[in-house]
Amino acid sequence: MTTDTKLHIKEGFLLGIPLVLGYFPIAMAFGLMSKNTGLSFTETWFSSLFVYAGASQFMFLDLIRADVSAGGIILATFLLNLRHLMMSASVSVNLKKSCEKYLPLIGFGITDESFSVLSFNKEKLHLPFVLVIISMAYLAWVAGTIMGYLVGEIIPPTLQTSLSLGLYALFAALLFPSFKVSNKFLILSIISGIIYASIYYMGILTAGWDIIVAILIGSMVGVIIFGKEEDLDE
Amino acid sequence: MNNYIPVIIGMALVTYLPRYLPMRFLRNIKLSKRAMLFLQYIPYTSLSILIVRGILSTELSLMPGAIAGISVAGLVAYWKSNLVLSVFLGIIVSFVIISFS
Repeated sequence: MTTDTKLHIKEGFLLGIPLVLGYFPIAMAFGLMSKNTGLSFTETWFSSLFVYAGASQFMFLDLIRADVSAGGIILATFLLNLRHLMMSASVSVNLKKSCEKYLPLIGFGITDESFSVLSFNKEKLHLPFVLVIISMAYLAWVAGTIMGYLVGEIIPPTLQTSLSLGLYALFAALLFPSFKVSNKFLILSIISGIIYASIYYMGILTAGWDIIVAILIGSMVGVIIFGKEEDLDE
Repeated sequence: MNNYIPVIIGMALVTYLPRYLPMRFLRNIKLSKRAMLFLQYIPYTSLSILIVRGILSTELSLMPGAIAGISVAGLVAYWKSNLVLSVFLGIIVSFVIISFS
């Protein structure tokens, strides 16, 4: 192993820690809730192993309780996760050549959280770095689900809530430092936040579409405002 | 429904394709400057949107704890540039506020 590879693994590991800390308790909550919804152990951990999408797995349980059809559940999942199309597109242009053979695997690992960490370290996207981050997050998610199903009752609800807020803390911790780099990221964030809040309160779009539409409008407004002055390397 | 495995497989497919297909196809096309810029802005807009969504969809009683924790994490990261520390402090602040309110 070259020293470069070792460095990339180490960097990936350090950035993977907050993902593990955030995912594990939420996955435990999912495992426990899935058990209480009446899913079998296999169905529960298969959800995390194959679907690997936090929000839609919780939605899955809600929809089962509401007795929604299989087609309805799959369609809702598709809409809720369609936002990853844009995130994956955004990450893909910054992946190093070394990632080429592993794109099917890296694509599988794109979640809101791994996307955030990857896209805010876009100059480091060498294969070992990317693989370490996505595998740590994935393993934490699957292991947490299994633990939650088996012994989920042991975590007090207050602690569970605070730990799950940790993912939003992670988003903020990634986003805020970019405001030092350029004012336009602050402006862009404020504009998108307002756009999303407006869509949310209007209540015209269902969960999934609201995020997608807000990301599209926010980023387009950004291109319109900053497009002229911008040099692509920022 | 008694066996959810087929549904889970369906969910897995519709989740995987939007995550993978852009990687396969976008890397081989030459994108316009505007399209590149659009893709570059997505991390900032989507993170901001996810944070706002997180706050808005939190129960009202938990909102102060959520907002405080998120702000602390963001501000600590702004000054210290230490991701793990920021997230950790954010969680602690949320936990303290939620426990004592």
